[in-house]
Amino acid sequence: MIAGGNRKIGEGSWWSVIFEIIRKEFYQIRQDRRMLGVSIAAPILQVLLLGYAATTDIKYSTLVVCDMDRSEQSRAFLKEFTNTSYFVQRYSVVLPDEMDPYIQDAKANIGLVIPPGFGRHLLARQSAQVQVVLDGTDANTANVLLNYANQIVATYSQSVLIRTMKTAPSVRVGRIIPEPRIWFNPDLLSQNFMVPGVVALVLMIITMTLTSLGIVKEKELGTLEQLMVTPIKPYQLILGKLLPFTIIGFADMVIVLTIAHFWFQVPMLGSLPLLFALSGLFILTTLGLGLFISTIAKSQQQAMLIAQFFFFMPFLFLSGFTFPIANMPVLIQYVSYVIPLRYFLEIVRGIFLKGAGLGELWPQAAALLLIGVSIITLSVARFRKRLE
Amino acid sequence: MYRALKPIIIKEFRQIRRDPTSLGMLLLLPAALIVLTGYALNFDVKHVPMVIFDQNKSPESRALLEKFKHSEYFRYVRDVDGYTDIEEDFLHGRAKAAVVIPVTFAHDLISGRDTHVQILVDGADANTAGQAVGNATRLVLDYSTRMVADFFRRMGREVYVPIDFRPRVWYNPDLVSSQYLVPGLIGFILVLTAVISTSLTVVREKERGTMEQIMVSPLRPVQVVLGKTIPYLLISLVAATVILILGYFLFGIQVKGSMLLLYAGIVTIIIGALGQGLLISTVTDSQQVAFMISVFSSLLPSFLLSGFVFPVSNMPVVLQVLSNLAVNKFFLIVVRSVMLKGAGLSAVWPQFVYMIIFAFATLGISMRRMSKRSV
Repeated sequence: MIAGGNRKIGEGSWWSVIFEIIRKEFYQIRQDRRMLGVSIAAPILQVLLLGYAATTDIKYSTLVVCDMDRSEQSRAFLKEFTNTSYFVQRYSVVLPDEMDPYIQDAKANIGLVIPPGFGRHLLARQSAQVQVVLDGTDANTANVLLNYANQIVATYSQSVLIRTMKTAPSVRVGRIIPEPRIWFNPDLLSQNFMVPGVVALVLMIITMTLTSLGIVKEKELGTLEQLMVTPIKPYQLILGKLLPFTIIGFADMVIVLTIAHFWFQVPMLGSLPLLFALSGLFILTTLGLGLFISTIAKSQQQAMLIAQFFFFMPFLFLSGFTFPIANMPVLIQYVSYVIPLRYFLEIVRGIFLKGAGLGELWPQAAALLLIGVSIITLSVARFRKRLE
Repeated sequence: MYRALKPIIIKEFRQIRRDPTSLGMLLLLPAALIVLTGYALNFDVKHVPMVIFDQNKSPESRALLEKFKHSEYFRYVRDVDGYTDIEEDFLHGRAKAAVVIPVTFAHDLISGRDTHVQILVDGADANTAGQAVGNATRLVLDYSTRMVADFFRRMGREVYVPIDFRPRVWYNPDLVSSQYLVPGLIGFILVLTAVISTSLTVVREKERGTMEQIMVSPLRPVQVVLGKTIPYLLISLVAATVILILGYFLFGIQVKGSMLLLYAGIVTIIIGALGQGLLISTVTDSQQVAFMISVFSSLLPSFLLSGFVFPVSNMPVVLQVLSNLAVNKFFLIVVRSVMLKGAGLSAVWPQFVYMIIFAFATLGISMRRMSKRSV
């Protein structure tokens, strides 16, 4: 189990020692076919599935309408809603109460009530009421829909005001027309934002799991002690253990990046070599964290719980993967500064979508380097202490 | 049956007790996570950093820009002198939105012509960008309407608001994200702890060779499976209760519906998730593989595929079908309906049926696999 063959470990030059450990490690990985299969197949499957799942796009929303006025004006107003790409009228009801089940059972996203007298009020230059009902449980979706509805109503209201107030055609009043333009992701495809994020996440999980469990396993089996009594130096052992995982990590990265670009068509505006170089920095931090977990966990189960609760979940939530960091309480924003995934997400998204270069991304790169070097130094120190 | 079960449960509990670190993590971390995430997570898009490119520099343009500077949706960063500055700021992440006032702004308005204000947004984060566009557009439209009204008022006319818009938001009137996310978090955390804690139990005994010892004992697979799941069911129930209490005291999230129904849902999902973990444990040979499979089959799907953050209805049809594999999806519907809407069993029974089928299937297959090994 320890050496891939009958060779003795720890004899020979500096590099050949490390090389032997790498050989042994690869031999072990090869023996555990399922392990290798999972480390290659899982990222592919995950990116393919989750790339589609992670979408905040709200394509079109279904409308249930209760037009109690049925006038020329109310129909014109309704058209303002259905002429946009946001809303599709799916149902019509006669009384406002009949709308409730549609909203309750989520058959319609938004309900529109036009009370009787709508047209009459407008013609008489009086305020006409319009009610909108929506399900607020999903606050984000509800917010977006409410925003659309508000825009449509405000635009319509303004044009009615101008039309009805003008006394003569010679009276001219200017409006301010907002003209939104979106840079870097003009169609606002959330996929372009999320897929690079999923890539980073999968990469982190694979490399951290491999390292932390791989080392704790040897501890559990007692084979780590056996390696300790050989003349191998601790850093040689660590280097030899980490390099194979680095190679697997890079292989995974190439695969998932290929999927992101060619399958999901995420535009790649920046430099690929830069992305690889900075990914190397990121893998440095995740391997370091894996190593760190292995120095504090007594069993594989503990390592798993620690990885899951102290690293994966907080990283998932606080790195800006889905929830914008700028919205978090200041204290938690500070916490996010020690999360390497945060910087890597900025790097991946910056290079992919904005074509950012090292000129823009050096602070993130420096942060990753700093975190990576400190966590590896710390873990190596802890590792050696345990051994001595 | 029960007498045979008891020793296994006791043994499993003893093993858990011997590792207080893990037990502590199983009980305390869910609580810590709910506090952290409940405060940190929201989609509210406020204080978006914004730069201003005012080519007009007139009293009129400044009046509009004041509105932006005072809006809670935007945070004024600086004035810039050109589009290249805006691009620079976007690239460095110093700004995510920009307002551009044309040279002719005041002139257009004074001579009664329409004028256009550009709103530039960094679209990389599609959700934030979409909301920022919406907020900026509304701000400009409101300002414009008020300006038009003032114009007529100066002409001595009585001005009115043509459409009196009254939105009514059900269940979560203030549109607070935590009302939506915290109930979802219960499912997320329960599924994760349950899958992870059981996915190692059997495979650990396999690695150590103690599984053979259990197998040659007169215990039936049903007893082994029950003995291994019941302790974790109890731990998870305690964790769920802690989360509910914290949710109430910290975030004011009340259970509008029946508490009994909610707990029925919690027990069902825990059993389903324990079954999933056990199944992983019986099909794998090493803890490493078991861990990876459980992370990739529970952490990411529970987060992304179940509707926890991303509504399932927005996903492509194929994925909506696949999302049924994430059992958490059904629990989320139950927990949100019962907690936020006060729904009864008549509204959520299909979800219960699915969760029960899932639990029976995973536990059943695990038992079959175990009995095959023992033969």
